[in-house]
Parts: sequence; structure tokens; C-alpha cells
Amino acid sequence: MSKKTAAIDIAEATRLEMYRSQYRLREAEQRAFDLFLQNLVKGTSHLSLGQEAIAAGFATAMQPGDLTFCTYRGHAHTLARGVSVEKVLGELMSRDNGLMRGKGGSMHLTSVEHGVMGSYAIIGAHLCIACGAAWRAQYQGKSDVTTCFFGDGTTNIGAFHEALNFAVIWKLPVVFVCENNLYMEYTPIKDVTAVAQPAADRASAYGLERILIDGNDADVVYQTAQKAYARARAGEGPSLIECLTYRHSGHSRADPAKYRPKGELEKWKESDPVKTYRARLLAQGIKASVLDEIERVVKAEVDAAEVACKASPLPPDEIMFTDVYADGGCAWRN
Amino acid sequence: MAKVTLVEAITLAHNWEMSHDPDVLVLGQDVGRNGGVFRATQGLQEKFGNQRVIDTPLAEGMIAGLCVGMAAQGLKPVAEIQFMGFIYPAMDQIVNHMTRLRNRTRGRLTCPVVIRTPHGGGIHSPEHHSESVESMFCHIPGLRVVCPSSPARAYGLLLAAIREPDPVLFLEPVRIYRYARQEVEDNGQALPLDVCYVLREGTDCTIVTWGAMTVESLKAAEELARQGISAEVIDLATISPIDAETILDSVARTGRLVIVHEAARNVGVGAEIAAIVAEHGLYDLEAPIQRVTGYDTIVPLARLEHDYAPSVARIVAAVRATLS
Ligand SMILES: Cc1ncc(C[n+]2csc(CCOP(=O)(O)OP(=O)(O)O)c2C)c(N)n1
Ligand SMILES: [Mg+2]
Repeated sequence: MSKKTAAIDIAEATRLEMYRSQYRLREAEQRAFDLFLQNLVKGTSHLSLGQEAIAAGFATAMQPGDLTFCTYRGHAHTLARGVSVEKVLGELMSRDNGLMRGKGGSMHLTSVEHGVMGSYAIIGAHLCIACGAAWRAQYQGKSDVTTCFFGDGTTNIGAFHEALNFAVIWKLPVVFVCENNLYMEYTPIKDVTAVAQPAADRASAYGLERILIDGNDADVVYQTAQKAYARARAGEGPSLIECLTYRHSGHSRADPAKYRPKGELEKWKESDPVKTYRARLLAQGIKASVLDEIERVVKAEVDAAEVACKASPLPPDEIMFTDVYADGGCAWRN
Repeated sequence: MAKVTLVEAITLAHNWEMSHDPDVLVLGQDVGRNGGVFRATQGLQEKFGNQRVIDTPLAEGMIAGLCVGMAAQGLKPVAEIQFMGFIYPAMDQIVNHMTRLRNRTRGRLTCPVVIRTPHGGGIHSPEHHSESVESMFCHIPGLRVVCPSSPARAYGLLLAAIREPDPVLFLEPVRIYRYARQEVEDNGQALPLDVCYVLREGTDCTIVTWGAMTVESLKAAEELARQGISAEVIDLATISPIDAETILDSVARTGRLVIVHEAARNVGVGAEIAAIVAEHGLYDLEAPIQRVTGYDTIVPLARLEHDYAPSVARIVAAVRATLS
């Protein structure tokens, strides 16, 4: 695990963008939580608080046209591709202004025009699906790269291994990103995994390089992503990247996360990706006023999103019966 | 026009569609070099290359997942699962994603996938190789379940399935893969999905069936004719969604209904058909509906397999029961 403190070889504009992105993800997720407390977000959802550097680092390294596949913990990855906070919060609130106009919900955020090819709430499945998308790029001679995000718990399901095997055989332009936040829901990942590093220690089984990085350091994430994307675009095949991180909130809304040992959260908060990145930028000579301005603009977007979502109507109840078949309906017989 | 078997008609349909649509791909275990367990994809890899006819690893979940990813990106994958008993690892992809992407994304992502798999027994292969578990799939919203029963219908319905914008499970009655040859014009003409095909007209009793059981049912209708009973035989063809009108029209004329399927009886598709007729055609019935089905047990080894599936004698007896 490399702990670089200053990455001067990343352009200032890129670093500022990564700060903006991380700050935005933090604010949007925090607001999602606030709205939940106001009983405006029904059902469960899974926040990426504390894991922002991974979403920001990868998305910043992507090019337009690249594809993102997320899990149910997908708000951050969706936002990081440039989807508006209003569309994401609206979807969480099941409003008509939401990304899927209130039909997909928190766990199924999708925005084809931003390259977000869906969020998948069944563990493992989307790794195979991502291979299908990457296979299409290869078949059609396109240069887009697919990134598939998943958690540490996902490394123990068959689909993880099936997807890696297939991606390597065909040298697919796909990057598998394991966000190791130490927990599979409530179970410490080390208690249920044969190896210490659930993704990295499996890489060699597929002839892949062992890549384990500090997932709370956006610079490290960004540089690792760049390398993987260059490799994929050069036709050299997939990468498997394990990012060490920690979620600040519970697994889902209803989870108070009492199973965590005392002091663990506090220790990880010392390497809070948003705060440490801000401090680093200041140490690198960026003026506080520049960062303050970024924060002001982000806050304004999130505030405006909240107002718009609260004002947005709900979609009609008939959506329960739409879009099951290609004719737009769910008729037993079209 | 060539006389072909059902499995050869399937190869022809693949070949036609791949020749006319570069988005159509074939994938599965051994489908390329070997042309598949039953040779349904024979010669396709030679002609279209290994990027369009993909020999996959042994991983059905992966195959189905690839299909979802490819299809959501605009391709039209046609996957082969070697036997229906091997489809279960693919269930997650089929149930949770393939059939639902359209719904949860309001049509932004869709899954025009065909999954082909042999259906039913009768070829001396034990249990997993003799499954007819279509009712499990008929319960899934967003999925079409299709089962041809002749070379011509295999050709036309497979073309329709590949062109269909929604996922289709295409069941191939293994027992009649090579049962008979029929003239099939290789002209790219699809047949309509979602409709039944009346194979034999009759006035005394309606037999609704599909897959390999159409053969037994037609033989039973012959036998019944010799006994002076006129049976109408309907091939369901699209098992889900069911073309209720054709069945109800027929029952309105004959007043009697026998449903024949190879699958086990409990919660089989026959139960759904019986319910449809009970709901919408009860007053047309002159006798209780009869079901002739496989038994609620595991498909036995070769020695007993023909006792498992409905026989001509059982079908004849059921029709006679509706008339007694
Ligand atoms: C196949 C399947 N089994 C169980 C679940 C329930 N579940 C949802 S998230 C989760 C934990 C996943 O942990 P991990 O992969 O580490 O991701 P994280 O939530 O930590 O981001 C479980 C068990 C599921 N969604 N899918
Ligand atoms: Mg985890």
C-alpha cells in the first residue's frame, strides 16, 4: 500500500476537480442522509460517506464515453460521472424529477448519457454484465473502457471469479475496482475470506498484477486508474484494483454499525479523504479562498437540488405497470 | 426448398440472422468449434468467426451476464445452455437483470437476448438432461417463453425471438430434434410470437400442448379419430404470455379441454391454462378439464422415462374421460 503525500505530477486543475468532486459527493450523501431523517427518502439506501476518493479518482481519470457499473452503493459513482445532485436526490425521494423518474430508486441509479450503465443490487451479477459491455467495445473496435465497482464481500461469490476469468481470456477493456471497506454488511471481511486482501490476493489466480492501494487518497486512486485505463485502451486487458477504505456510516440507512470495534471509526476518520485532500491542497499552496469557492458552489447545487426535489411531484401510480415489455406495458399478452 | 430436421432449422435461422444482422452473436459452451452438444450451431463459427460465435467457459451465470451486458449495449446475443438442468446458475441474471433492466430504467436499457436450451426428455439422459421446468420461467414478468414443435416453427419462431426487443427463453424439444424432416424455406420469414398454432381441427375436444408432446397429441388425435372422436390439437408455441383467445375460441366450439405437458403437474403451465378457461370459459365446458402431465417426481433413468412422459394411451384415455 503506497502512501504518497504529494502528487505534484497531477495537474492543478485536475486536483481541484478531484477536490470538487469529493466535496460534492460528501455533501450530496450527507444531504441524502438528512432527507432520510426528514422521512423524505423511503426505503433503504447505502451511502458512500468516507469512500469518496475512489469515486472521484476513477471518474476524473475516465474519458467521456467510458462506462461505469455500480452496486447499490452507487450514488457517489453516479454523481462523479456528472449526473446532477437533483436527479440523484430526486430518485432517492421517488420523485418525478429523479434520474429514472422515481422508478429505479437508490439502488438502481442509471444514466446512459453519462455512461452510468446501471447500479446492480445483487452481489456479483454486474461484474459479468460489465464484461458483456466491455466485450461490445472490443467487438466494435471502440476505445471506451468499462469500470465495475464492487465491495470486498463481492470477492467471495462465484460471479467475481467467472468475470475475472472471462475478462482475462478475452483481454477485455474492463477495470474491476474492489472498494474494501473492511465489512461485508456487518461481517468483518477477514472473518469470511481465505486471504488477507480479498481482491488483491486473488489477482495472481487470473494472471493479473496484485494492486492494493490507499482508497482514501484521491491522487493515488487517480494515478492507478490512469494506468489501468491506458492498459485497457492499449488492448492489454483488464485490471483488478483493491482500494482500502472505510465507510463512515452504517451499511444501509437502518444500520447503526454497532458491530464496529470502539475507536475504529475515529481512527479512519483521521484519514477522511475529503479533509485530508483539502489539507494537502493547502499545503501545496492552493489558496483557501479557491477551495472555499468550490465548496460554496457545491453547497448551492445541493441546496437547490433539495428545494427542487421537495417541490417535484411524485410520478403517477401507473408506473407500476409500465415498461415490463417493449410495448411499454405489462400486459399478459401484448 | 430443403427438407430439414428441427435442429437443422435452428441452425438455418441462426445463419440467416447472423448473415443479415451484424449485431447477432452466438455464445455458449462448445457452440463454436464443436457446433454445440446437439450441433444446433454447427458451421457458424467457421463462417462468422470466433468473435461472433463465442466458445465460453463453463459458467452459465457468466454466459447470461454477458448477454445482459452485450444486449444493453445494443447487441443481440443468442446463448445456448447445454441442457435445461444447467440453467439454474443463470437464474440470477435472468430473473434479476435480463428481464428487469427495461423496467427499472424506464426503457433506457433493454435486453434483446435469446437463451436457447433443450427441453424435456426421451433421449435416455438422466434427470438434469430431461428437465421441462418452463413454469418456473413463465412466472417471470418481462420474459417470453417459446417452444417450437416442428422444423418450420423452429425456424420462424427463432427468427422472431432474435428480433424480439425483450428477452426470450427458447425451449427446443430435444426428443424431436431429429424426429422428422419438413420443407422449410430459408427466406428469413419470422412467425408470430404470442399466438397458438392449431395443428389439427376437431369438434369434440380441444387438446392444448407444446413441444415434443405435440407429436404424442397428434398421434392420440389419429387414434381418437379411428374411434370416431374428433380432437382439435393446439400447439401453444409461446408458453408465456399465453394466447388465451385461441384456446377459449376452441373450447367454446368443442366444450372440452385436455392439457398435455411433459412437465410435472404441480403448478405446471397446465394449471394456468385451466385457470384461464375456468375464469373465462367455464360455461362452455361440458366436462371437467383433464390434465395429462409428467408426474410430481424426478424424471427417472432411461428404463422408465417413457412411463414418465404422457403417452398416446394416457392422452386418449383423458379425452375419452371428458366425453364419458
Ligand atoms: C447475492 C446477494 N446476496 C446478499 C445480498 C445482501 N447484501 C447486500 S449488500 C451486502 C454486503 C456486501 O458487502 P460488500 O461487497 O463488501 O459491499 P459494501 O456494502 O461493503 O459496499 C449483502 C450481503 C445481495 N444484495 N446479493
Ligand atoms: Mg464491504
